[in-house]
Amino acid sequence: MPFPGASGRRRNLLILGLGVALLVLLTGCAAEVPHSTVMPKTDAARKIQDLYVFVFWLSVVVFIGVQGGLLYVLWRYRARPGHELPEQTHGNTTLEVSWTILPAVILVIMAVPTIQTIFALETDPETSPDGSKPLIVEVTGKQWWWEFKYPEVTLPNGEVLTTANELIIPTGRTVSLHISSDNVIHSFWVQQLTGKIDAIPNHDNHLWFTAEEPGQYFGQCAEYCGVQHAQMRMNVIAMTPTDYQAWVAKTSKPATPPADVAEIGPQTFTDNGCFACHTIDGVQNANGKVGPNLSHFGSRTTMAAGIMQNTPENLQRWIEDPQAVKPGNVMPNLHVRPRDVEVLVSYLQSLK
Amino acid sequence: MAVTLPRPSPAAPEQPVQAAPAYGTLPAYRGFLSWLTTVDHKRIGLLYGCTAFCFFLLGGVEALMIRVQLATPNGTFVSPDAFNQLFTMHGTTMIFLFVMPMSVAFFNYVVPLQIGAPDVAFPRLNAFSYWTFLFGGIFMNASYFVDGLPDGGWFGYAPLTTLQFSPSHRIDFWMLGLQVLGVASLAGAFNFLVTIINMRAPGMSLMRMPIFTWNTLITSFLLVFAFPAITVALILLMFDRFYGTNFYYAPNGGDPVLWQHLFWIFGHPEVYILILPAMGMVSEILPVFSKKPLFGYPFVVYATAAIGFIGFGVWSHHMFTTGLGPIANSFFAASTMLIAVPTGVKIFNWMGTMWGGAIRFTTPMLFSIGFVSMFTIGGLSGVMHAVVPIDMQHQDSYFVVAHFHYVLFGGAIFGIFGGIFFWFPKFTGHMLNEKLGKWTFWLIFSGFNLTFGPMHFLGVDGMPRRIYTYGPQQGWSGWFGQDWLGWNMVVSIAAFVIAAGVALFMYNVFQALRGPKNAPNDPWDSATLEWSLPSPPPVYNFAVPPIVHSRDAFWAWKRRPQAVEAAESEATVTVAGHTVGHVDFEDQPASEEYLAQERNAYHYDPTTFHIPNPSFFPIIAAFGLIMMAVGMIFGYAIAVAGFLYLVIAVGGWAMEPTS
Repeated sequence: MPFPGASGRRRNLLILGLGVALLVLLTGCAAEVPHSTVMPKTDAARKIQDLYVFVFWLSVVVFIGVQGGLLYVLWRYRARPGHELPEQTHGNTTLEVSWTILPAVILVIMAVPTIQTIFALETDPETSPDGSKPLIVEVTGKQWWWEFKYPEVTLPNGEVLTTANELIIPTGRTVSLHISSDNVIHSFWVQQLTGKIDAIPNHDNHLWFTAEEPGQYFGQCAEYCGVQHAQMRMNVIAMTPTDYQAWVAKTSKPATPPADVAEIGPQTFTDNGCFACHTIDGVQNANGKVGPNLSHFGSRTTMAAGIMQNTPENLQRWIEDPQAVKPGNVMPNLHVRPRDVEVLVSYLQSLK
Repeated sequence: MAVTLPRPSPAAPEQPVQAAPAYGTLPAYRGFLSWLTTVDHKRIGLLYGCTAFCFFLLGGVEALMIRVQLATPNGTFVSPDAFNQLFTMHGTTMIFLFVMPMSVAFFNYVVPLQIGAPDVAFPRLNAFSYWTFLFGGIFMNASYFVDGLPDGGWFGYAPLTTLQFSPSHRIDFWMLGLQVLGVASLAGAFNFLVTIINMRAPGMSLMRMPIFTWNTLITSFLLVFAFPAITVALILLMFDRFYGTNFYYAPNGGDPVLWQHLFWIFGHPEVYILILPAMGMVSEILPVFSKKPLFGYPFVVYATAAIGFIGFGVWSHHMFTTGLGPIANSFFAASTMLIAVPTGVKIFNWMGTMWGGAIRFTTPMLFSIGFVSMFTIGGLSGVMHAVVPIDMQHQDSYFVVAHFHYVLFGGAIFGIFGGIFFWFPKFTGHMLNEKLGKWTFWLIFSGFNLTFGPMHFLGVDGMPRRIYTYGPQQGWSGWFGQDWLGWNMVVSIAAFVIAAGVALFMYNVFQALRGPKNAPNDPWDSATLEWSLPSPPPVYNFAVPPIVHSRDAFWAWKRRPQAVEAAESEATVTVAGHTVGHVDFEDQPASEEYLAQERNAYHYDPTTFHIPNPSFFPIIAAFGLIMMAVGMIFGYAIAVAGFLYLVIAVGGWAMEPTS
């Protein structure tokens, strides 16, 4: 019986079309898919991508082979009326040995680049011989937000530069993230920068990558960590080295709010007890460590762990009732008076 | 002189039926009580199956609620807290309360019949396993009425499940419930090991054993070796929660990764515990509907054993993102790829079985073919996860959700549906409607692929698992500029197509049970011994133990040469005044040696069948276990009382006459 599919050329076209369709479905489009795992923007993500493309096409070949073979068998050997009992074959050792060896060979072909890439991704740049120092950032997963510390930048008050939920990095310089947690397990995952690694209490896990171009990259906690796991997002902003230096210089100093809130802002912040959980550099007693550091809150693009734009309206909604915006989060509804909400919004927005 | 006689055959369903055997010294209960006290493996199998199916519906409703919530961005169908309870119990229910016990239902009903045994080795222990499973499942779900359902994920990662981060009783119910279910699984596993090793019919060597029985044997070994690991993990968690120890509590030096190792040393073999029984069913169904023996039976057996063995050496592939280091990651990548080899062998051998056959597309066959096809997809994405760098992108994303649903739904559940359609006539005496069955298959098959296929794309687009909501800006919706439209909406709608298929299946069962008991002994022209019996089989199974001379004994006997048939019809046998039948599955004229063996096998009196007594003690003892679990939460007095109650129940059990 001949194969039902017509000419070989049409079959090739079909296979090509299927492949293209799959690829289109898998990649999507940059503007619409900020979390895409197949749009690498660093050296590390690119290594993963190269491996993925190889394994993907290998899998497509196996997929078409097995499913096509299956369909052929089903069509060719369907029961037809008047047929005798088929020949009672019990096996064929040559065949069986060969289809044991064939997958093994395919898997060895996959295993070699796999292990090469594993070691390539886990080569610590801090010990690299060329002497270039990576930028170390200490990442701590919190319930449910991210804290970033820059040990190489010391503030006038002796603390290290600390920020939250928005990680600023330079392009062209290797970044070494030291990732841990002081509560439950989280997982740091910014898809376009590299794969994820878990933030585990008492463990110090590392991710290394070098961002290629300036841009904002979105990520999200990938390990179930409690009631607001879904709203534990973050983003990474890569800047040119010059912009990055400017950012460090600006952020190392306390923000200078405009005159209308320079006095009343910190006062309201203190009166409402915000200082117990939040730090604002330059404000007396405002050195709480429970919630995100707000020293330069106004310069962030998003708020509440990346779940919404940092706009006065969103901030007002948040201060009025954080539990309505993000149910179960650690910040209680403090029943701040409307007048104070207004002040706090303008004050925090001005901390740039 | 041959000792062979009236035999079962499709044409002559008259069985060598023995007059109803006496039940020993205790009264045989009727009605409801007869189910509470039954020790008959077939009835226990039905209890397991029906209970597991109820839990399947529960887990399915939980899945549908999850999908309604996730259909659109910023869903408000359930609260974040409720969502976390739903996905935790969806996973826990489907694994521990549906697929595992449903497989045990098949072990129970089919294995003793396949090996020609009157029952399992320990019938009362078998009943105890069932009641313990039922009570454990109810106990775990009863959490809903106390503090809400468990919400730590089916994998219960510490330290999220420690007292500090989960102070309510939810995790207590989950943890103690799993321990109770573990007792049920272990008791069942030992029972089947002893049954299969000791109670096979004369002549049934290991390599003549039906392939489903082989899979049961290997699954039972996996259970015995895997469950102790989670038992230890749960005991440590219990000590952390109840007695303030620090096994997982990080601030005092505990290590959360310890939980992950212990959990996955159990958890990965568990995956094979879920899939191997379904592979066994498919390996029975494909040959029957291809009218050929299983291609490369020894290879399939060895591949199954290899999967079971290597399955204990791959657990860390669930932990590639925990920072184990390049050497450990490389090792577990290689071992995980290695396990794809025997799995591939099975797929090729299934195709070899169909090759050259006469394939009949019945409903069980459709589900089995669906299994081969869908499991291949799940296997390919599984190999992708073995590639550590790719896994660093896919781990805990919807790609993984797609992968394991292709393996566990497209694999295990397709296999189970195939098994139900295949053995339903044997279980009940009723035939299911084939037309409705095919509709069921196509509904489930298309719904399944539209539900879990697009999850691959969502995963590649970076959507993490276990999130109760997502924003419209995250790229997982927004087709044609519409926030609400995207793969998530497709997935949610398709989930209801699966539900429609399941509803149609239930309607089919309901209709069949209302109809006449019209199932012949051997409706599919099958190969194994259970089909030589009436549908459903009598309580004692085989009036006379069958004697087996080959693999696929019933198939060979049905096609025995005429010379053998002629010789059979001349002989009769009388034992202790009763004319008895004798099922000698022989496909060639017997040698003197065989005849001697057969006469040997007949040294027993069929009037004294060893039919075990019904007993109340299994259900009583199982209740004691649950009292202990309840007591751990609500007061040690109850736990102590439960323990004493259990001891007394076991004592009574030991003193009770068995027949």
